[in-house]
This record gives sequence, C-alpha cells and structure tokens, in this order.
Amino acid sequence: MIRLTNVHMSYPGGNEALRNINLHIERGAMVYITGRSGAGKSTLLRLIALIDRHTRGQIIINGQNLERVRNARIPIFRRHIGFMFQDHRLLNDRTVFDNVSLPLVIAGYRHQEIRKRVQAALDKVSLLQKANSYPMALSGGEQQRVGVARAVVHRPAILLADEPTGNLDPALSWDTMKLFEQFNQVGVTVLIASHDLDMIKRMSKRIITLKMGRILTHSGTPTE
Amino acid sequence: MIGAKMRPANRKKNSRPTKSASKSEIKRRFDMWLLQHAQAFIFSLGQYIKFPVSNLLTTAVIGISLALPASFYLLLDNVRYVSSSWDGSLQITLFLQTDVDETEASKLATSLSGKNTIDETILIKRADALSEYQKISGFAEALDTLDENPLPNVILVKPKLDGRNDTQTEDLIKELEAMPEVDSAQFDSGWIKRLLYILDIINRLIIILSTLLAVAVLLIIGNTIRLAIHNRRSEIEITKLFGGTDSFIQRPFLYSGLWYGVFGGIIAWLLITISMQLLDGPVKQLANLYSSDFELIGLGLCNSLILLGTGIALGLVGSWIAVKRHLRAIEPI
Ligand SMILES: Nc1ncnc2c1ncn2[C@@H]1O[C@H](COP(=O)(O)OP(=O)(O)OP(=O)(O)O)[C@@H](O)[C@H]1O
Ligand SMILES: [Mg+2]
Repeated sequence: MIRLTNVHMSYPGGNEALRNINLHIERGAMVYITGRSGAGKSTLLRLIALIDRHTRGQIIINGQNLERVRNARIPIFRRHIGFMFQDHRLLNDRTVFDNVSLPLVIAGYRHQEIRKRVQAALDKVSLLQKANSYPMALSGGEQQRVGVARAVVHRPAILLADEPTGNLDPALSWDTMKLFEQFNQVGVTVLIASHDLDMIKRMSKRIITLKMGRILTHSGTPTE
Repeated sequence: MIGAKMRPANRKKNSRPTKSASKSEIKRRFDMWLLQHAQAFIFSLGQYIKFPVSNLLTTAVIGISLALPASFYLLLDNVRYVSSSWDGSLQITLFLQTDVDETEASKLATSLSGKNTIDETILIKRADALSEYQKISGFAEALDTLDENPLPNVILVKPKLDGRNDTQTEDLIKELEAMPEVDSAQFDSGWIKRLLYILDIINRLIIILSTLLAVAVLLIIGNTIRLAIHNRRSEIEITKLFGGTDSFIQRPFLYSGLWYGVFGGIIAWLLITISMQLLDGPVKQLANLYSSDFELIGLGLCNSLILLGTGIALGLVGSWIAVKRHLRAIEPI
C-alpha cells in the first residue's frame, strides 16, 4: 500500500528532514511512527499526503508513483486520504456537522448521502447530539473526536494522524487509539505519528522509530 | 485513476466496472458540477448577507463608482440631443447685390440648391424681409418714410457639411462670395462649433474618468476578495488538504465578486434613476420656457443592462485577479 525507497526530503532552507528512508506498509496495516521532536514524523506523513514533495527516492502509494502525480491531480489523490492534525484545525464558524461534512462536500456528494454519512461518523465518536454545536463550545477531547470523524467520514483508504492524542488525558488518548483500531479493522490503512511511547507499546502494533530523519528501529518495540 | 483502485471495498457506488458506467459517470459529474455551483452561489450570497454593513459599504462605493461615469454619459446624451436640434443654425447667409431682383434671386437659389455641397436654400425676398423687419423692430413708421426698400434679397444656404469641418466650409463661403450676384456671405457658426468641440472634450474626459473608475472598482473588489481569502485562510487550507480542487476553492470567491457587481450595478441604477426623477420637474419647467417639449432621456432598458453587465464583468474580473494572485500563495499546493 505504501512503499518508500531511498527517500530523502530537504526543506527549501536546506534542512534535511528525512534521509534514506526505506519503508513498506501493507494494505490494512496499522503502524505507529515515533521519535523525538524534529525527527521527521510530520514530514513523513506530509510526503505521503503530497503536502510536500520528497526530493530524492521513490514513494509509491497503492501502485501510484507520487512523482507522476501532477499538481492538478493532487486534490483527487488526497480524497482517498484522511488527515488528522495535532491542533484539530476545525473551522470555528461552522457547526460540528458542517466541519465533518467538509470532505463529502468537496467530493460532491448529494445532500441526503452527506447527512447519512456524517451522522454515522458522529455516532461513531459519540458526538451525534453535538452536531449543531460550534467547536468552541466543545471540550478539547470532543474537538479531537470531531477531527477524527472528519478524517474518516469519506471512508479514506489511508488514515494519517499527526499527534492525534497530543493534548488528551491518558483515558481519552486510549479511547482515540481504540477508535483508530476500529477503522483499521474495517480495512483502512492507519499511520499514526506519536511520541506517547507508553501508550504505543500497549497497543502492540508495528512501530517505526525515527531519529534525525533516519529510521532507527523498524518494527518491534522502540529502543529509546 | 488512482481513486478507483484506492477505495475500500465497502464503497458500493463505483464497484461497477468503469467502462460500462462511463455514460452515467458523465451525468453524475455534471450533476455534481451543477450542485457545487449552486452551493457556491448560495454560500457566497449567505456570506454577503452575513456581513451586511461592510458588504453594503463596499457595494455602495462600487455603485457610486459605476453611477458617476454612467450619469455623465447620460448628461452628454441629453446635451447632444438638445444640440442636435440646433444643427439648423449651421447656415450661411448670402446678402445679394441690391441690383439683383427677385426673379434672379430665386433662380440663383434653385441653382445653388442643386450643388452637391449644399443641402437646402431658402430665399428671403427683400419685400418679405422688410415687412418682417417692420413688424419686429417697431420702426414701422420710420421705414415707411423711405421711398425705396433698403434691404437686399437674402438666400439662406444650409451646407451639406459637418459643422466642424473648417476648410470645407471656408471653401464654400469663398466660392459663394466670388459669385457676381453675391455682395457678402456670413457664416456665424462660432458658438455651435465651440459647443461641438466642448462636447468632444467632455466625451474624452468621460472615457478617461470611466476607465479610472473601472480600475478603482477592480481594485476595490480585488481588495475585498483578497481580505475574504485572508479571513478564510484556514478553511482554504483544510479544503485543500481534503482534496478540494482549485476551481472548487475559488468558486465562492468568484461568486462573491459577481454579487458585488450585481448589487453595485443595482445601486448605480437606483442612484441614476432617482436623480433623473429629481431633475425631471425642473427640466420640464425650463423646457416650457423655451416652448419645447424636451424630456430628459433616461437610462432605458438597454443602457440599464449595459450598466448591470459592466458591474458584473468588473466584479468577476476583479475577483478573478484576486483569486489567481492570492489563492496560489496558500500552502499546501
Ligand atoms: N516548513 C519547514 N521548513 C523548513 N524546515 C522544516 C519545515 N518543517 C519542518 N522542518 C524541519 O524538518 C525537521 C523535521 O520536522 P518534523 O516536523 O517532521 O518533525 P517531527 O518529528 O514531526 O517533530 P515534532 O514531534 O516536534 O512534531 C525538523 O528539523 C524541522 O526543523
Ligand atoms: Mg510533528
């Protein structure tokens, strides 16, 4: 599903964020990416979502060589990816319902279909009764869950989550991880960047540890 | 296409083979396109209504900027219409020699009217001229005492010329003056020539003013859209991250520009129509004094549509420029 071969990434300033990354993630896998701040976790997710382009090597997502995806095709490519951000990035002037429906509106779904799917997604994160609230009226954890609902509402093939539990208490973090596991069980390939090592270990999934832009350990438990 | 391959199995819609579905796929895409246009149309109108004060202010500025040149054009139109009735004043007065009698004068008048540079001639016989003069001047008795009519026969010549074409008119006057029967030719066209030139200058000024104001409207709309893009930056970023195409993202902004144009045009139309109503009474009274039934020429349907169309075009172009300049700058690509 996701294959990186000798991938390098340097930011315009000459900052080398990733060096010689080799990685293969099978369809339907659930993988954690960890490492210290600045190790390149976010950069890796950004390359997969084509938010940034790698500078060397080859990335193949589901048989699609990312170098061959022209800029004009990027939107279509991204419609099969769900993205979750550490800082929620919800739109504060839109209701929870409107926030979650955004990926469906973008993809041009009809009204009834949107209603059905958004309700299902909100139900999944137990926020159905908050559909008409505004994000500011929700707790941090609830906002996070709205972000989860928005990331999965269009049933993406790949779910990328960057520090999804960044500011949640341990119990809520655990719930969120379990939610991701549920999506993984219905066939979504899930990639989660996180430095919450204790929790990651308890999830007993594959873990990739980055250090200064290189893969330090591949699979198993991280050594740091 | 990557999409067809990447969708998980639980997505029922496109599980059919793509080839047989191509026709309904086109229809589906067209429906989607229509739907998204309708959404952007309504959304942008909603955005307009959501901030009534600032949007109304912007629209008022646009409306005034459109109304100014439009009303000047209208004024010019009216002046042109009035002055067209004075074109008759463009005539050469030929005073014939006193020894030319009425039959000779009448012959001369008909032969002159046959010339291709002359439109029409009118003969004023010396006897008619005298009685007319007696009537107007009030010197009836004094003139009666004269035993001979002192006035010559006069032919009024209407040249078939543009009043502004100096050399042609001069040539004609010289030619007429050179005729043995003619004593002198007078051509009093100075004031109307001046008026025509002034109208020409005003016309140019209005073109310059219109261009400047059109640029101003473009800048206003461009800047307003730029601010709107700036204010909705996070929304644009998220939309891009979830696969919104450029045309999807720019559509509501283009429609906003359209609304500014439409409402600006309507405000301009209202301003002009109300002003015309206010001017109508006094103008009629003035016209009455000159025993003319002149009425102000209004915008009319055609000009109203041109005004509205100009507003819409400026709105679309202004927002398009802003969108092209500022949307690109927002990461991610
Ligand atoms: N837009 C950018 N321009 C230049 N350098 C950048 C940019 N974004 C990240 N970097 C650099 O790339 C390296 C990797 O950054 P990245 O954001 O991937 O780290 P991270 O592992 O996600 O860290 P954190 O845990 O703090 O989020 C860092 O050295 C960072 O300074
Ligand atoms: Mg990061």
